[in-house]
Amino acid sequence: MKQKIIIALSGNPNAGKTTVFNAITGARQHIANYPGVTVEKKYGMVKHKGFEVEVVDLPGTYSLTAYSMEEIVARDFVINEKPRLVVDIVDASNLDRHLYLAVQFKELGVPLILALNMVDVAESRGIKVDHRELSAQFGVPVVPMVARTGKGITDLLDKVVEEASKSAEWVNAPMSYGMDIDSGLGQISSIIEKSRVFDKKYPARWRALKCLEGDSQITGLLKRDPELGTSITDICDDIFKHTMDTLEEEPEAVIADHRYGYIAGITKKVVKRKIELRLNFSDKADRILTNRLLGPIIMGLILYGIYSFTFWASEMPLLWFEMFFDALKNLVAAFVPSGILQSLIVSGVIDGVGGVLGFVPLIMFMFFAIAIMEDSGYMARVAYMLDRVLRWFGLHGNSVMALVVSGGISGGCAVPGVMATRILRDPKERIATLLVVPFMNCGAKLPVYAMLIGAFFTKDKARMLFILTLISWGFALFAAKLLRATVLRGPTTPFVMELPPYRAPTLRGLLIHTWERTWQYIKKAGTVILAFSVIIWAMMTFPRLSEERIQVFDQNREEVTIAFLNQQAVPQGIKDKGELKVLNQLYHGLSGDGNIEPKAQHHETLLQVARAAIWLGREKGETAPSEIEEKSLEAGARFLKYHQQMTNIDNLQQQTALKRTIAGWMGTKLEYITRPLGFEYRTNIALVGGFAAKEVVISTLGTAYSLSDVDEDETASLSEKLKKDPAWDPLQAFTLIIFIMLYVPCVATVVSIRKESSWKWAAFSIFFNLLVAYGVSLIIRQGGVFLGLGG
Amino acid sequence: MKKTIKMREMLKDQKGIIKRVSATGDMGRRLREMGLVPETPIRIQGRAPLKDPVAIKIRDYVLTLRNNEAGSILVEVEADQSN
Repeated sequence: MKQKIIIALSGNPNAGKTTVFNAITGARQHIANYPGVTVEKKYGMVKHKGFEVEVVDLPGTYSLTAYSMEEIVARDFVINEKPRLVVDIVDASNLDRHLYLAVQFKELGVPLILALNMVDVAESRGIKVDHRELSAQFGVPVVPMVARTGKGITDLLDKVVEEASKSAEWVNAPMSYGMDIDSGLGQISSIIEKSRVFDKKYPARWRALKCLEGDSQITGLLKRDPELGTSITDICDDIFKHTMDTLEEEPEAVIADHRYGYIAGITKKVVKRKIELRLNFSDKADRILTNRLLGPIIMGLILYGIYSFTFWASEMPLLWFEMFFDALKNLVAAFVPSGILQSLIVSGVIDGVGGVLGFVPLIMFMFFAIAIMEDSGYMARVAYMLDRVLRWFGLHGNSVMALVVSGGISGGCAVPGVMATRILRDPKERIATLLVVPFMNCGAKLPVYAMLIGAFFTKDKARMLFILTLISWGFALFAAKLLRATVLRGPTTPFVMELPPYRAPTLRGLLIHTWERTWQYIKKAGTVILAFSVIIWAMMTFPRLSEERIQVFDQNREEVTIAFLNQQAVPQGIKDKGELKVLNQLYHGLSGDGNIEPKAQHHETLLQVARAAIWLGREKGETAPSEIEEKSLEAGARFLKYHQQMTNIDNLQQQTALKRTIAGWMGTKLEYITRPLGFEYRTNIALVGGFAAKEVVISTLGTAYSLSDVDEDETASLSEKLKKDPAWDPLQAFTLIIFIMLYVPCVATVVSIRKESSWKWAAFSIFFNLLVAYGVSLIIRQGGVFLGLGG
Repeated sequence: MKKTIKMREMLKDQKGIIKRVSATGDMGRRLREMGLVPETPIRIQGRAPLKDPVAIKIRDYVLTLRNNEAGSILVEVEADQSN
């Protein structure tokens, strides 16, 4: 007979709660969101001594007021779900502040166990906690432990099971907060007990206490019964006036003072200090790491190091992923006949989803590096050092990580960046941050920049990229300031934050953190992004060219082929289409972008011609190698010309087809709007495609500018093409770079924004970014033209 | 000789004892739950590169708060202490 119980893990942030949770549940854990909020709910199962224990990891909180979403979630869970036990994890080296939360659980009356964590750290600092005495004084079981090493975890589970076998009654241990408050509590709780507005879930005295504390959630309930509400508010007001007169403190402060007084009474008996170390290890480290001069330098080096590490470590896996998706495409091409279905699977599904999944290694290593920063305690220092700067722009110290992850040093991803905004407490600061992170130079924008820089700013490539990084920071920060001054106007939230002691992260904790976030990213690729990439694919495919149109192109090809075959100089080898096909195959096989069938190898004459053609296409102004005969050379030249003609027809067909699709139609119509920016329909189509993923811009530009099979490796040829095009000049290229930097976030980012806020803000981000991009590009283009910088 | 000054006026490494936290509402609640209540000893740990926020040592841990938040906290310090 297994007995099932639910226990809740609670504790201050940095108490080692996650470590305890991981140690208890191992890999058997699940993540969900608490209904209606973005606060994560983690739970896991463990079997111990005939009990099935479901462990719910409550958000880390300092208190049980209604100050933050986390606190409300934590206390609502305890009150509504009534876990059998609450295990409150307290840090032995910092006992009095951690007991502040424990006292509030006692006020609530829920069965409680204290897990006295990090006794080793405490002892190394000369602090010894007598856990038996603590148990006796505080009146709840206490289990000493070192969660990092797993010491005490079994003892804790033993204690959980032992307590769960006892009575499940909630015991109210009324605390005293001084005469004035106590009498008020008595009056209010008797009113509450008689009322019908309040259910009986909460202990009346606890509710009374919350009334006196001015708790927004509880006082909100009072409004439902005006008569009752007024009588309670009157009492609260009386007490407020009284404590202000006599103690110069509001009742809430008096209550807090008494809680700390109660705690001080306990810790005096329980905590023995040997010597007070003036500076512990963390303090000494902070003297250097947050030094006014050295701190920012070291921070810059660390952030730079993270990028170097991420790109270095993910280089090989990225290639593997690319190879895997290429192989998958070939497989599909081999088994699915060419046509719409193949195009849908290859260009719609695999390219779209693969484009997103291809980033998984990069993102995984990035998250790993970030997990190290978080778990070691350094992240809090970064926020501390940068808070003053970010606050000027209406952001918060904690916004920094989201900006860096999204591409703050160029090369990142806005999807995890948007998710990284969760640590921000204030909704306005959070939304402002997640709206501006898409301005950063993510990894997908870089190939587009590289192509345009390669074409028009060849002199200082590195400097140009650096300037673009600065520009994106500038836009992100000023956009934040603009938003915070208009639609997201509001006060800055306090920066009252703990700088946790530096700790060596555990590998297990790092891996769990990394995996959780990476998985959230992967899940998106399979759902929304799949749908959107199919839509974008369809927009760039339909409607297709009419049969008659295709026939015209086919006829063209036929004519060119016949003309070629009829030529005098064609050697005997090429007398029909069959042999031309073999020659084509040899040509592509030898130039390295195709396979040669073994049969074709034996065609000596054709092989000669193919070699000659390749040589002619490559070398210029040199005498031909002796093994190529004069005759083959002439045939090769003619074949090369023919091949060029055929490619031109193919390109023209693709271009015509693209122009007639929905995307092409949009691109053409958009010219009315984009003409002042100098963008014509081909650029517009590429920009429409870029909504799926920014990498698409380059491949679409390639198609639109008549380069078959342009992928990112072959950007050099696109660069060449644009360089020669009279419509393009450095000003035009720069305008496009800035537009791409600022315009709509990619689908994946928009979806993340929705998930972290709402559809309203996701839609807002699309329009806001478009508007900013348009405005800025317009100024650059028209300003540039005015200054005579370009046509 | 002792005198009472605002926390934001304290110098690095200066020690003192909190006498009064005048912040109310959410801010006051937040400060109290982090352990900033009267009669608690503190020491200034350091300041961020742009002199704001300030980091203090309190109850065996390090807490950061902005200068305007630190302005609402009165601390009793030794009057002749000048380091």
